Amino acid sequence: MPKVIPAPDELSKPFWDGVNKKRLLLQNCAACDAYQYPPRETCATCGSVESLGWKEVRGRGHISSYIVIEDGRLDRRMPDQPYNLAVVTLDEDPGINFYSNLPGTPVHQVPVGAAVEVFFEEVGPGQLIHEWRVTR
Amino acid sequence: MTAQSQYRWRRDKEGLGVWEHRGKVAVAGYGHSPVDRRWDETSMDQTLGAYSILACQKAMADAGVTPDQIDGVICCPTTIAGASGGAASNWAPRPFFDPPYDSEWGLTRVNAQWLIKQMNLRNVKYAPASAPTIGEMVGMASQAVGDGLCTTCLVIYPTGNLTGRYRRGGENAEDYAKGERQWTVPWGNHGGNDFINIFPHNEYCLKYGGAHDDLAPFVINQHRNGLMTPWGFNATHDVPQLTLEDYVTSRYILNPLRLWDCDRPVNASAAYLFTTADRAREMQQPPVYVLNHSQHNFKQRSTQPMLDEIETWTDFAARQMYEGSGLSAGDVDIFNPYDGYSTMTQFYLEAFQWHGVKRGDAFAFYADDIRVEGPHPFSSGGGNLGNGRTRTSMYTDSIEQLRGTAGRRQVKVRAETALCAFTTPSSGGWLMLGKYPS
Repeated sequence: MPKVIPAPDELSKPFWDGVNKKRLLLQNCAACDAYQYPPRETCATCGSVESLGWKEVRGRGHISSYIVIEDGRLDRRMPDQPYNLAVVTLDEDPGINFYSNLPGTPVHQVPVGAAVEVFFEEVGPGQLIHEWRVTR
Repeated sequence: MTAQSQYRWRRDKEGLGVWEHRGKVAVAGYGHSPVDRRWDETSMDQTLGAYSILACQKAMADAGVTPDQIDGVICCPTTIAGASGGAASNWAPRPFFDPPYDSEWGLTRVNAQWLIKQMNLRNVKYAPASAPTIGEMVGMASQAVGDGLCTTCLVIYPTGNLTGRYRRGGENAEDYAKGERQWTVPWGNHGGNDFINIFPHNEYCLKYGGAHDDLAPFVINQHRNGLMTPWGFNATHDVPQLTLEDYVTSRYILNPLRLWDCDRPVNASAAYLFTTADRAREMQQPPVYVLNHSQHNFKQRSTQPMLDEIETWTDFAARQMYEGSGLSAGDVDIFNPYDGYSTMTQFYLEAFQWHGVKRGDAFAFYADDIRVEGPHPFSSGGGNLGNGRTRTSMYTDSIEQLRGTAGRRQVKVRAETALCAFTTPSSGGWLMLGKYPS
């Protein structure tokens, strides 16, 4: 079964539009230069609203932790169990993290600390998501 | 009835000083319904509403008060489990029953208005329409009584459970992930404290040394304490004592999170009666005084909270509770933190430094003697893991320990103060209780 498909809303549309163009755009605050993900209405660092924009990041990161989902609750993912769920921190701001199933990495064999790079995976007609793969 | 929308009852900041009502509010009664695994969807005397009424009646009887004396009711309306999608979801479209079960209220969800009507509580003047969870409700009641909004307040926490695998339906059966779920669900994280805490727990094991199964002594002891809790699910359903072999061979849910790291959803209700200390002294039981209540609500930095955030949040919760109660770690005799997933409890234990446990020490502490008979009777109530997912044993055990009525669970060490909570690292509240008002 395929992954669950994200449903963009007004706030998240610029992010998903970027993903659908295979670009990783994060909210960035011009006032304090903080990245923010997931997107918010205001800057969580300085509270600014009008200074929030979008900035492309390189899409490099590291695996900080992982689990293996063996008995999850999502209908669409039942056939995939067991599967990896890793947390990836962004090199440009390790305070930013993303989930990843680490496609290509065998279940239970996740190299914690390894470098990863973003790629984009189609989960529905015209809808990509950002995924990550180990680079070394 | 008092409008509550603007009432600022929370104590969620540092620097507030000792609580202004410290020792002037007390818990005078409590009551539990039977704890069933699920509602069978036919027995009208076992609905969540019927169980909530029963819990209230027991709490009032325990304190020795009559319905006419009740002038405050705080009830959480959103605690359902089962195959539905979330805590506030309804059972299912269907014909309802005769009154009072002619809507969802009373069947699978309970609110203050339904209870007031069914119990004919004619003198209620304080009944907030939207109550938070029990972790905050006890603080809400304490502050309301202290501020004089009411004098005799029932706090009711129903926890429902219906047929079907836990939250396998609803939004978890949908093809699309909306709202906040768009950032987690596509990768398999359907949300919940299992996910929130398992990653920091993994980091914890790496940072401080240790392995996941070092939680086993804690989980096993929770079951042991639960079997000594007469009203709990385990004790009333002949659940055998969990063994180390049971634990280490149990199946994984979110590997390394095991089945026995997770509480068991149940259908039950509990009620507590809060009143002024002066009134409590005239009631049936020895008062258990409220020495402070505190709340916290943190926003995570990104998608997944990590260990450094969890430690920062729980350190904050400890500081503000100790500040408001005027106590320090060495003053706390009974410590009943939350254990809905066993992976979160060490964060609280170390933040509050109960019995000198500091960051990274929890697994060694668990491996020591934490039995109620021993020198470190940690989580003497058995928590959710030992009693089912009522989220109330932490409070009831604390009251009983201070009263000296905990029976086989009664600790051998001093029992004059008790710290208890239903909370997650990011949100919830703490309650400090005392055998004496100061």
